[in-house]
Amino acid sequence: MRIAVEHRSIYRFTQPQARIVQMLRLTPCDTQHQTVVSWMVGVDCDARLRDAVDGYGNAVTMLYAEGPIEAIEIAVTGEVLTSDNAGVLRGTPEPLPPALFLRTTPRTAPSAQLAAFAADVSTGTADPIEKLHRLNQALHARFRCVPDVPDTGLTAADAFAGKAKASRDVAQMFVSAARTLDAPARYVSGYHLDGTQQCAPHAWCEAWIAGLGWVAFDPVTGLSPNDGYVRVAVGLDSEGAAAVAGHRIGHGEEQLAVNLQVDRLGNEE
Amino acid sequence: MGSTGAFDEIWGHGGPEAPRAAFAALSQWIADTPPEELQRRQHSAEAAFRQLGITFAVYGDSDAAERIIPFDIVPRMFLQPEWEKLSEGLVQRVEAINAFLEDIYGARRILDEGIVPPELILHNEQFRPEVAGIRPPHGVWAHICGIDLVRTGPDEFYVLEDNARTPSGVSYMLENREAMIRLCPELFRDFRVAPVDSYPDMLLETMRSVAPLGRARPVCVVLTPGHFNSAYYEHSFLADSMGVELVEAADLVVDDDIVYMETIAGRVRVDVIYRRIDDDFLDPLVFRPDSLLGVPGLIAAYRAGNVALLNAPGNGIADDKAIYSYMPEIVRFYSGGEAKLPNVETWRCREPQALKYVLDHLPELVVKLVDGSGGYGMLVGPTATKEQIETFRAALIAEPHRYIAQPTLALSTVPTLTEKGLAPRHVDFRPFVLTGSDKVRVVPGGLTRVALREGSLVVNSSQGGGTKDSFVLLGDAA
Repeated sequence: MRIAVEHRSIYRFTQPQARIVQMLRLTPCDTQHQTVVSWMVGVDCDARLRDAVDGYGNAVTMLYAEGPIEAIEIAVTGEVLTSDNAGVLRGTPEPLPPALFLRTTPRTAPSAQLAAFAADVSTGTADPIEKLHRLNQALHARFRCVPDVPDTGLTAADAFAGKAKASRDVAQMFVSAARTLDAPARYVSGYHLDGTQQCAPHAWCEAWIAGLGWVAFDPVTGLSPNDGYVRVAVGLDSEGAAAVAGHRIGHGEEQLAVNLQVDRLGNEE
Repeated sequence: MGSTGAFDEIWGHGGPEAPRAAFAALSQWIADTPPEELQRRQHSAEAAFRQLGITFAVYGDSDAAERIIPFDIVPRMFLQPEWEKLSEGLVQRVEAINAFLEDIYGARRILDEGIVPPELILHNEQFRPEVAGIRPPHGVWAHICGIDLVRTGPDEFYVLEDNARTPSGVSYMLENREAMIRLCPELFRDFRVAPVDSYPDMLLETMRSVAPLGRARPVCVVLTPGHFNSAYYEHSFLADSMGVELVEAADLVVDDDIVYMETIAGRVRVDVIYRRIDDDFLDPLVFRPDSLLGVPGLIAAYRAGNVALLNAPGNGIADDKAIYSYMPEIVRFYSGGEAKLPNVETWRCREPQALKYVLDHLPELVVKLVDGSGGYGMLVGPTATKEQIETFRAALIAEPHRYIAQPTLALSTVPTLTEKGLAPRHVDFRPFVLTGSDKVRVVPGGLTRVALREGSLVVNSSQGGGTKDSFVLLGDAA
């Protein structure tokens, strides 16, 4: 499938900023199931952009802008060719061993309730992939998903105690729960063709299964991702894979408006 | 354990009347100088330290006044052959630490070979995936190491702890020496003491040697968290004596993956940063986002190879307690030979045979939690009650992988001025090892910490420990 992404983030400040430094994880990389045809990260003011790869193998762009800055728009536009792989990943950059992804972080530390939930849905089967599918479906059934909103730092444990959740929250719950089942699991951020107007990247997860490798799960749909997904960044949690980590020097408040459009181009398969 | 029976470095086992042959002259000086005179000199040194502001704050102490670390006027001495042997061991150990860090953040050969259990590294918070894949300029990771040693006999030295992050204490080594030269000039006339005052020059040479390639006249700075930090004196002292700028995070900016220092004359490019800030607070974009002490973009500049950071971020994995017990294997793996400086014998209770030994010898051993600190979760067999021992026995059987055990060591003593005159007190030792792109430098001296309470083995300054000067004597004999 040919997918077009247009992702605009506009930061407006109530007072001019002296400097802005941001680390952007907004660029997908080629795998066996996605080929980046074109991709552009642009900024509407005088800024220096530098590309690098972070410790997890994600493409990152450093953005340095000098003030006075009243507003800054980061525009990401690109096209990616995808194919369906039933969730099984091949050709992803893997600089770190899977066992690293058994680590918990403050955002993914499981609560007793979440761990009990994971144990409960996975009883009765010894098959690791079956356990994870059940977990995926159980999270899908339990939570009504709401549109993605900018990150508020909600932890998996706190999110589990509530009802309606954004994709970031359910993905983080999956990651946390899967690790309690001894499955290395990581958080994924990217784009999902779901026909709606979105205001934040989509989140899902990947778990390591011996003999199979990394397998993707999307607890928002209860299924494994198909060719409607563009995978951008992975991390131990939503913070580690965040699209933007930023720092500004200047007073006043910041407002973020995001306009995100994911479209299917043509009918090619 | 009391001090009786321990090896005294000056008096040996025979007491003041029968000092070790090589130390007869020093023993004589101790005997000839009246205690009141020693006391006077010691007070004079401490008054000078207070005036200089070499103080430290005890965290959590309601009495907010800053204290000075007590100073003892009687020096400790190493003979040149002793020192040379020690240095060889230190160089080997620090080279292994550097090789280990290079491997663990790169190819991870040591995990593939099964030398160290992978989960011990990968699940350890001190292993920082954020900096995986980065090779620091010239491949040097642990530029400044403080290796904590204890001694139990004339030739028996053991490494107690490696410090490969931001070891402190070098300002005490230098200030103690200055005080000794001023207050006991006769010792420097009678003994050929190796100078330590070249340390700032050695540090600056080390810093310049790891500057990114192509920077002909590299700009070096010391980065401090600020004057509220308990080691601020040392930060400003080192910057001063090297003649480089002391900066805080707000003085540095990163633009286009290059670090600059803001000065009155404009921005100046910075090539080498001796940072005395913990990893967590270095760069809010990569580590703790709430950090106000850090420099946004610093890790990007580092990853791009445009700045050297001393010590490298992520080094904590090399001096972690859980890793310590594997250091003999780590040294063997990278150097191809046995460690010249042994570890304190350590039983890893995760290994069934070790567990059996530990359970059979609990009253003689010290048992520690691998992830514990500050004395929590620790059993000191010789002073424990039967009940405490049985509680630990149950805990060990339930979760053996969480514990290590070590013998209780009879730490060496050095004569020390006490209220009742001169008496042996237990000591440890922190020598400083500098690694540059050109060579490894061991400063001929270090920081001797002394437990001032009779019989005490606790040398920490927060718990009644003091310091002594440490002489390395040149020539074959004193």
